[in-house]
Amino acid sequence: MTKLAALVAGIIFGAGLVISGMTNPDKVQAFLTLNNNWDISLIFVMGSALFVASIGYAISNRRVAPLFADDFHAPVNRVIDQPLLAGSALFGVGWALSGFCPGPAIVGAFTLDARALLFLLAYLMGVLIFEQASARKGSAQAAVDG
Amino acid sequence: MTTDFLQNALANATLDTAVIGGCLIGLAATWLYLSIGRIAGISGIAARALRDPGWPLMFIVGLGIGGWLAAVIGASLSADNLASAATASSTSIVSHLTDTTQRWIWLVAGGLLVGFGTRMGSGCTSGHGVCGIARLSPRSLVATCVFLATGMVVATLLSSSGLLTSSSGLLTTSSGL
Repeated sequence: MTKLAALVAGIIFGAGLVISGMTNPDKVQAFLTLNNNWDISLIFVMGSALFVASIGYAISNRRVAPLFADDFHAPVNRVIDQPLLAGSALFGVGWALSGFCPGPAIVGAFTLDARALLFLLAYLMGVLIFEQASARKGSAQAAVDG
Repeated sequence: MTTDFLQNALANATLDTAVIGGCLIGLAATWLYLSIGRIAGISGIAARALRDPGWPLMFIVGLGIGGWLAAVIGASLSADNLASAATASSTSIVSHLTDTTQRWIWLVAGGLLVGFGTRMGSGCTSGHGVCGIARLSPRSLVATCVFLATGMVVATLLSSSGLLTSSSGLLTTSSGL
């Protein structure tokens, strides 16, 4: 049941990414580039997603437990630390260079978009490099906010 | 000048599909939380799917199915038919393969930075930008401001220096579907 619920969530999410145009890296770069061709669509995508999710989380949190699981797994870390800032800064740079963030790249890879496939290979390398580096430092696995 | 800038930004935008797609993303995040209590942060789910082929992998597969369905249905609605949607995706591979090598460098560099950065910062556009802010997480609000800021600075600088525009065809406004 957990797997089916996750599959349904993925399907809705993937459809939303394609319909909103966010799987097109040129459109994302047109949002990040502040010039006369600025395209503010991404603000409306994020804004409407935020609006719906805010209401959805508020309603869900009235329950003691989720429908098909024992506990809610929301992150509890509220400390703004250096890895959060540095990691997010690096992510923003990579997002600008490629026009991809993880979700659209995964969707694009399934539709055999060569750009998304190449990005995703490098992305997986980046994930592995981070995990190797943090394992070598002996530090605990980084907290997962989402 | 400022009004021109904003008018252009609105004219370039595809507001109807942005809002419909955004609502679906919000709905998906709500459903994942309401049904199994999980946050729809894709970088976190992808990292988890690499070692746990349970619900995270199913979510990833769902992303592909949903995206493919929306692309096919969207193509059939916009006067094209399924066949042309199929050819469009195969020709696009060819055209992207013959794209400038410069673009490949941006994609690889970007992929490495996004992979490393989203693990280090424990989230991406979905996990911090949508789910985290919706949960009123101060970490996610700060993270989102940071990646939007660095992203905008880098894209704008590269574009004004001509580096990004020449390689990615940024000036050709394409509307997605």
